[in-house]
Amino acid sequence: MTETQATKEKVSTAGQNLLEARDLHVEFVARGRRARAVDGVNLSIGEGEIVALVGESGCGKTTLARTLLGLERPTSGEVRYGGTALDYGSKALKAYRRQVQLVLQDPTGSLNPRHTVYEAVAEGPRIHGLADEETAVATALSRAGLRPPERFFLRYPHELSGGQRQRVVIAGALALNPHVLVADEPVASLDASVRGEILALMLKLRADLGLSALVVTHDLGLAWNIADRVAVMYLGRIVESGPVEQVLTAPRHPYTQALMSVLPESPERVVLTGEPPDPTRIPGGCRFHARCQVLASGKAAEAGVDGKCRSEPLDVLPAVPGAQAACHYADVAG
Amino acid sequence: MSERSESRAGLLELDDLSVTYRIASGEVPAVRGVSLTLDSGAALGVAGESGSGKSTLAMALLRLLPRDARVGGRILLDGEDVLTMKWGRMRAVRWAEASIVFQGAQHGLNPVRKIGDQVAEPLLVHGQARPEAARKRVAELLDQVGLPTWRARSYPHELSGGQRQRVMIAMALACSPRLIIADEPTTALDVMVQAQVLTLIKDLVAENGISLIMISHDLSVLADVCDRLAVMYAGRIVEQGPSGEVFHDAKHPYSKALAAAFPTVGDPAARLAPKGLGGDPPDPMQLPTGCSFHPRCPVALDECATLDVELWPAGERRTAACVHVRAKEEAS
Repeated sequence: MTETQATKEKVSTAGQNLLEARDLHVEFVARGRRARAVDGVNLSIGEGEIVALVGESGCGKTTLARTLLGLERPTSGEVRYGGTALDYGSKALKAYRRQVQLVLQDPTGSLNPRHTVYEAVAEGPRIHGLADEETAVATALSRAGLRPPERFFLRYPHELSGGQRQRVVIAGALALNPHVLVADEPVASLDASVRGEILALMLKLRADLGLSALVVTHDLGLAWNIADRVAVMYLGRIVESGPVEQVLTAPRHPYTQALMSVLPESPERVVLTGEPPDPTRIPGGCRFHARCQVLASGKAAEAGVDGKCRSEPLDVLPAVPGAQAACHYADVAG
Repeated sequence: MSERSESRAGLLELDDLSVTYRIASGEVPAVRGVSLTLDSGAALGVAGESGSGKSTLAMALLRLLPRDARVGGRILLDGEDVLTMKWGRMRAVRWAEASIVFQGAQHGLNPVRKIGDQVAEPLLVHGQARPEAARKRVAELLDQVGLPTWRARSYPHELSGGQRQRVMIAMALACSPRLIIADEPTTALDVMVQAQVLTLIKDLVAENGISLIMISHDLSVLADVCDRLAVMYAGRIVEQGPSGEVFHDAKHPYSKALAAAFPTVGDPAARLAPKGLGGDPPDPMQLPTGCSFHPRCPVALDECATLDVELWPAGERRTAACVHVRAKEEAS
């Protein structure tokens, strides 16, 4: 339960937080069971900042992204944009979606095969009744690296390569001059050589237009490539967050450590056993304890926190830029 | 990873293999003269992007290509030419001597049959076991791939993606083949599950002396599992060699780009600097002249547009199809 926040807060107290999740909970009912897909998340994305949200499938990262986009209503907590809580009225939501745009994964599936590139990119401007549609489309296409844009207007998705299609999807998101892009696995379905080009494009958009982005991915290399900050999600909660350099070179949460250890070339692998977590059965105590390698190895017991790991839930991490981890062992081991 | 002894003959030899698809608008050369040798017990990684011909190559090995594909050259499996085998012999070879694990495990299993029955099927079809013994063997196989034996009574939808991929691997192992071909076996899987499956594949290959051909576009994954790598571009092998060397010190500019595409976390050179390759993979019906990579190549010379490149020696047990490599070899 959250109290209604005092009506209007000033925008810039916490340092240009553009998009924010505050104590966000999103629940679904799945096969008669309550699934806590997002189970208490604080996250903020600053102006011009790229944040990577990392986790396995089923951890709630896509639900969190959808809720930030206003596509899903939180059960409790709130999404704030520019310092004010999101208004779910249809008019306000429409205005919000001009500011915060979704970039879908798999461009082949998300483009209508019977729409030309022009029509695909013009859809947003039309819905929002932008005055000069053609200029908006041309600008968006050239910002997405499809130059000269007129050459692409009348092409169909099947005439384009995978990388070009993903650029069209990005152009569609850019056409409304948004401030934030939410990209769900933006390069997962692309060929290796094209991947770098699309990621470089996202960095360029940030440099040229000051765009912020939340990139949802399971790929830590991607986070290393483009993100300023990373948030690692496990079973509906962010378990570790902070600057990429810090979190990915010296991870403190055992879950982040395990994710890092299974990257190719990592010296020692911690392959977690057991199944991916199930949001309808969130374990008590630390939600990771059943799979935790630090607890299993006895190191938590040495540090005297094993009892806590099994029984004492951790606090929800606040939305601060510095490095932090929700782990009883990390708290004592430093 | 150690190279196995050279004295054992190649289990699989490809000699100038080519595959051309005939479609309404003409001919599509998907594989254009690939020669390679896989030693018994060794693991070879084939890297490339969509359209490079790597999956066509895998399918060709067991003659699983559609009818409109024309196959040339030779495929010798244990000295026997796969392309001229009688149909009955071909059926016996599939599963029993070489089996294939496809990508996308969700489509490879029959949704209305129990896991145990599906894993037992190759055993029964190939007359390797009677139903009673097959059941025992299925339990063994499930155990080997890290699934509880009661899973034999489950249906595919009751399993997670990683578990289904394990079932596919159990099926591939059922008839104790000498060669497993794995086509993007971990593509649709989560990182942790991917690590579990890769570890499983590595262990199985090492423990049972099975040879492996693994296909992927992720060079880092291949380098992790395989002894040797072959990098394909536009239907040809452009570089070949021991996997660590190809991954860390690629000689061909395309292999270099592939290796850089998946950065090492912690590498300062890759931080906020994603590396890609301009342009797109070529249309196989309109291949560039000369070296097919030259329009995208960052170090192309004028002559690359006309020069016929071939795999030149590029160090010990290494070859690369790049004019820069040839120049270096000639100089030394």
